[in-house]
Amino acid sequence: MLPDQMLFAMEVTLNGLMAGVMYALVALGFVLIFKASGIFNYAQGVLALFAALTLVGIQQGQVPFAHLINAVFGTDLHHFGWTLPAVLALALTALVMIGLAWLIERLVLKHLVNQPAIILFMATIGLAYFLEGLGDVMWGADIKTLDVGLPQGISEAVETATASLFGYGFFIDRLDMVATVVAAILVLSLTLFSQYSRQGRALRAVADDHQAALSVGISLRFIWVLVWSIAGIVALVAGVMWGTKSGVQFSLSLIALKALPVLMLGGFTSIPGAIVGGLIIGMGEKLFEFFAGPLIGGATENWFAYVLALLFLVVRPQGLFGERIIERV
Amino acid sequence: MTTKLASLAMALALATALPAHADLVVPDLSYRTGPFAAGGIPYSDGFQDYFTLLNERDGGIGGVMVQTPECETAYNTEKGVECYESTKGSGALVYNPLSTGITYQLIPKVSQDGIPLYTPGYGRTSAANGKVFEWVFNYPANYWDGASVAVKYLLDQNGGSLEGKKIALLYHNSAYGKEPIRTLQELSKKHGFALTEIPIDSPGQEQKSQWLQVRRERPDYVLFWGWGVMNQVAVQEAVNIRFPMENFIGIWWSGSENDVTPAGAGATGYKALTFNGVGTDYPIYNDIQKYVVDAGKASGAGDQIGSVIYSRGMYAAVVISEAIRKAQELAGHADVTAAEVRDGFEALEITDARMAELGLEGFGQSFAASCEDHGGPGGAMLQQWDASAGKWTLLTDFITPDDEVLNALVMEDSAAYAKEAGLTERCN
Repeated sequence: MLPDQMLFAMEVTLNGLMAGVMYALVALGFVLIFKASGIFNYAQGVLALFAALTLVGIQQGQVPFAHLINAVFGTDLHHFGWTLPAVLALALTALVMIGLAWLIERLVLKHLVNQPAIILFMATIGLAYFLEGLGDVMWGADIKTLDVGLPQGISEAVETATASLFGYGFFIDRLDMVATVVAAILVLSLTLFSQYSRQGRALRAVADDHQAALSVGISLRFIWVLVWSIAGIVALVAGVMWGTKSGVQFSLSLIALKALPVLMLGGFTSIPGAIVGGLIIGMGEKLFEFFAGPLIGGATENWFAYVLALLFLVVRPQGLFGERIIERV
Repeated sequence: MTTKLASLAMALALATALPAHADLVVPDLSYRTGPFAAGGIPYSDGFQDYFTLLNERDGGIGGVMVQTPECETAYNTEKGVECYESTKGSGALVYNPLSTGITYQLIPKVSQDGIPLYTPGYGRTSAANGKVFEWVFNYPANYWDGASVAVKYLLDQNGGSLEGKKIALLYHNSAYGKEPIRTLQELSKKHGFALTEIPIDSPGQEQKSQWLQVRRERPDYVLFWGWGVMNQVAVQEAVNIRFPMENFIGIWWSGSENDVTPAGAGATGYKALTFNGVGTDYPIYNDIQKYVVDAGKASGAGDQIGSVIYSRGMYAAVVISEAIRKAQELAGHADVTAAEVRDGFEALEITDARMAELGLEGFGQSFAASCEDHGGPGGAMLQQWDASAGKWTLLTDFITPDDEVLNALVMEDSAAYAKEAGLTERCN
């Protein structure tokens, strides 16, 4: 029989890896946009919030802008009176996110072509606050319950199996297991898309060299709409996973903070990097909290994730899987 | 023409010579945006709606209308201080920022500027000592009262003894969440239970490590000091690890409908403290519906009436309005100053009969403030969530805290503050 501390450490490691997958889901959206356009999208966390708000609103038949409409016209509108199946609501929300990507390109990005990266970054800061406000006005700031039928709670199968093996049943959240499967499907789909589809190849061409891609007739504006659409759908997936756990509320946008160390570690341009970075950060912060937390007062996870990322940065500035930057003079 | 001009000039001169009858200004440092908006919005709505009710139904307080200009803090301490600085010149009579962090920053400022600070159920606990904190009031209950009431309730559940029991405190890693630690440490010595302190960093979206620790250490009870998303995640994680919900007790800021609804049926049995009544069975709500909501003057959508946080915001407005009324009575005029409102707070007595007159019979404890006592009786009740009914049910009447332990702690902490701030005790 293994000593208790070792069993607990194994349980913490598994849970850390699964938490890392949840972080990676957020980080993926950042990577997609940065890879294709060199923009660090500050609004990625808010996109997840906006997607989750829209999903709940559509699913529960909430009238968008109801408070505003009622205040202006003296009406008493709140709900359309329907509850949509989760799959349909998800599909409609994905369409909204694609529409939003198109609008972002038309209204913001189009006007900033050839501007320095810092200007585009600033634009995404503005976009983040605008979307947060828009989400508030559209759907209200109350906490919403998100239910698309995902399981939650302890996996009894894992608990029973580990109990019979080690004499101690491990806790694994079924939602985290679903998130792991979803993340695997997402990464596989994105890889297949970028390797084997015409649009995917165009996307990779733009990522490699904007000028060269433009010279062979690839539309940069189309690629931006495409990549923001994909990032919007990835944000929807992240919003569903995190929103199922905590309800949909405005703090959801702060999950972006969990993605930053993942990006620093995994690199801003690598999809596998986001996944591996997420796993290392998740496992590292949980193990540090488990071993060192009790000695130094706990609540170490928020800062330790950044320390871990910084350590990697010192050794490998482009991140684990990032592209080495070579500037020739 | 000349006569008309002369008459107009005389009328203007008379008008300017008379004292201006300004509105009573009670700034509302609210948070309707950001990660804590879900709690900030109903609180502010309840706060605003009560003053609107007084304006619409009674013509204000003592015949003077009340203004409640809002300033958005986003539960951010720096923004809260900015809001204070930008509104204090408007004739502000009292502040109620609904944030312990902001409260700590404002205590020296209000003391300097001579404006009362009212922090019901939050803020610096030792401000209950009026000998040191002249401008701060935190009745009817504070965090140390909450910790003590929770322990007294557990004592009652365990036949009067907690010897050998394990209690974990899961808390928001901030000034707010750390408030009860000192009290619980003292109470653990007194009653012989083992206390484990488990901090969670704000905002608390991810709490896996903390709940794995709870699962490993298997405490008999978990006491919880959370706010915002931390509450919903904690309740969900407790359900996930199958922690017995009836042994999970939140402070009053972790006991609203928002906190338990996302976890669905699993949240049934979760308990929380409250220092005010729950539900809509109070006549005051009929008046708010009639004069405020139906008249289209509600601060929000009008759908939060009777919810836990809305009611608490309204309760804060009730106490402030009663303090202003008392100030008017003491000063002998209606347009009172901030200093006079402070006197009103200090002389305030709210009896059960007065609560009944206000349409709030049994809603809160009666109390009488004094120069020494700015903290009130400190009683709190236990409420329990029933997900199938979608409502909180009161389990107990008001439980009084352990003043023997608390008074000594309040004196110790306030004496340290007085020394640090170079204050001499008053009321002697």
